[in-house]
Amino acid sequence: MGISVTRGPAPILPRMYQYDQLDQAFVDQRVAEFRDQTRRFLAGELSEDEFKAVRLRNGLYIQRHAPMLRIAIPYGLLSTRQLRKLGEIAHRYDRGYGHFTTRTNLQLNWPKLETVPDILAELATVQMHAIQTSGNCIRNVTADHMAGIATDEVDDPRPYCEIIRQWANLHPEFNYLPRKFKIAVTGSPEDRAASEVHDVGLHLRRDAEGNIGFQVLVGGGLGRTPIIGQVIREFLPLPHLLSYLDAILRVYNRYGRRDNIHKARIKILVKSVGIAKFRDQVETEWRAAQDIAPVLEAAEVDRIRAFFNPPAYESLPDIEVAAGREPEFQAWYRYNTRPHKVSGYRAAFISLKAHGQNPGDMSSGQMEAVAALADRVSFGLVRVTHSQNLLLADVKQSELYGVWQELRRLGLAMPNIGTLTDLIACPGLDFCSLANAGTLKVAHQIQQQFDDLDYLYDLGDIEVKMSGCMNACGHHHVGHIGILGVDKHGEEWYQITLGGSVNGSTALGQVIGPSVPQAEVAATIERIVDVYRAEREDGERFIETFRRIGVKPFKEGVYASYSEAA
Amino acid sequence: MRAILKRLDAGNAAERREIVQDDWKYFGEDDGADALIVPLAELQSHLSYPGRLGVRLAPGDQVENLAGDVQRLSLVAIEFPSAGEGRGFSQGRLLRSARFGFKGELRAVGAGVKQDLLFILARCGFDAFELAPGQKVDEALRAFERYTVAYQPAEPLSSIEQQRYHAA
Repeated sequence: MGISVTRGPAPILPRMYQYDQLDQAFVDQRVAEFRDQTRRFLAGELSEDEFKAVRLRNGLYIQRHAPMLRIAIPYGLLSTRQLRKLGEIAHRYDRGYGHFTTRTNLQLNWPKLETVPDILAELATVQMHAIQTSGNCIRNVTADHMAGIATDEVDDPRPYCEIIRQWANLHPEFNYLPRKFKIAVTGSPEDRAASEVHDVGLHLRRDAEGNIGFQVLVGGGLGRTPIIGQVIREFLPLPHLLSYLDAILRVYNRYGRRDNIHKARIKILVKSVGIAKFRDQVETEWRAAQDIAPVLEAAEVDRIRAFFNPPAYESLPDIEVAAGREPEFQAWYRYNTRPHKVSGYRAAFISLKAHGQNPGDMSSGQMEAVAALADRVSFGLVRVTHSQNLLLADVKQSELYGVWQELRRLGLAMPNIGTLTDLIACPGLDFCSLANAGTLKVAHQIQQQFDDLDYLYDLGDIEVKMSGCMNACGHHHVGHIGILGVDKHGEEWYQITLGGSVNGSTALGQVIGPSVPQAEVAATIERIVDVYRAEREDGERFIETFRRIGVKPFKEGVYASYSEAA
Repeated sequence: MRAILKRLDAGNAAERREIVQDDWKYFGEDDGADALIVPLAELQSHLSYPGRLGVRLAPGDQVENLAGDVQRLSLVAIEFPSAGEGRGFSQGRLLRSARFGFKGELRAVGAGVKQDLLFILARCGFDAFELAPGQKVDEALRAFERYTVAYQPAEPLSSIEQQRYHAA
């Protein structure tokens, strides 16, 4: 009585989906459930197998050294509050760093099993979770890291990703699929999300009347049988998004193979019956299941879309930023920043590919500092990219020089985005119990071999992707240069493929010949790029030269010098 | 006699479940029983069975094979032989859909019917559960209450979306 409370202005929430009390109740209840499941496991009331089914669906693997926890970062979008929390969790419950993956998730390599419920509870306080980041269920949905800022976008894919995230979470019918199921959504003609090698790829389109819908691809995937997705529907109107996904999943859940883990992905089903018959099955199911299909109401779409409205951009002219600055900044500006659809702004990569570092790793201190930076210069948001880097999406051009200085101080300004040392690598044998061979040592070897930036820039745009086993978490099939670790009588060897691509025209790489020992990987890549340098025509990128001349000259270049040396 | 965890008040907002003694017999147990559950392969030869009739579906059985006979059935038992076997969720959901319109007892059976699956089984339309050996009844009863919200439309819980748009 009589006390007046002075309130400051309401905090401006970052432009991303914000949980309401129902979303919050769901993740809180999920944490409580997993806490009880962990308690029962530790008390011996739940067998290893029983616990495995539930822990995987909460992101928890049992790995080579310790458990590994994979935290979902839906479509790669993080508020600075969330990034700080991740840094804090990595510091408190792990060894002070985390590893960003090609599904834009964050992996902690050393948490203690009994602390995982506490970690999940911490995540829930910032509207995060680890639900369905592993197990045979619908995984974290991914999007283009340039969503909402790309100059060539049909529509922002993120609201649709959020709609799919909610639909997929604890879907009662599709939690025990034959195998994992990955969905990517893109809104641009340029496919920056590898959508064609997903179980379902959704490409935003507009029909003649301007209505939003999706071209739907199905049956893509990497792993031991890499297959490019095929179009199942040219245009799916938005209101039917979830009902159509339900139909695809039901056909897969019923008819996908369960007798052989290596033949259980939807790509094998689509391949065995053929896309035409699979399409018939899905369309028939879709039409027959209207009464149990989820309904996507326009009001719900509007509610979710509103969270992703553009931030309060200032009206600014484009300015010349690099002229007169030191060459290091000019290089960073050229390689690590990208055009923005709003004048006066640019997107800036935070390179997690510094030479000498494990690709995709980031320390707690770096997370904290990047959160502070993003609060100052990028509307309190950070994005995780498919290529295991971060992105500040909305930086004023006038701020770029200061951003570079700060990132350089943090060791996050390696000006190599899109170059050969911006390589993708899974954690490999050092951490993963599935791996046949190490990836980190090889990554460091390549970074060392190609440490001369002028040389790196001369080689231009080359995507190197490396996996420690044929599960292909490092997407080696679609690297311009792909590296696959294989076990050869207990030794780590590496098979090299060339010509893979996911951006523009998706293609699978071709094996160039016998695998090479670990010590020879970087030297082999050097011989490959030597062939490119000798053969390239004016302005031709590596992948273009490869497409023009084929695998043969590369094969000769690599193995001829081998036989000379032998 | 077998104990079955059953939902007793189907159709009411407040759920009530308890353990009841099973008054059904499986094929081969007592072929003259008042209520008999037969495998799908035996269904056609039992359609004129004098008592109540149920059918038991294995994961690979197609619900479409029941289509013409659904109204004759008082019970469908669906097998969950292991934790990873998920076809039964689709079988159950389809049987409850308008396409099949099954209103009788939908029973989950098998070694995979454990407390951690009960919530999603119920949301796929199962209303009876033959718990795997060793499952504690009190924990199983509480398992249905783990979540008060869900994102997908299903019986018997309204979805988050319905709560957002249809709650009073």
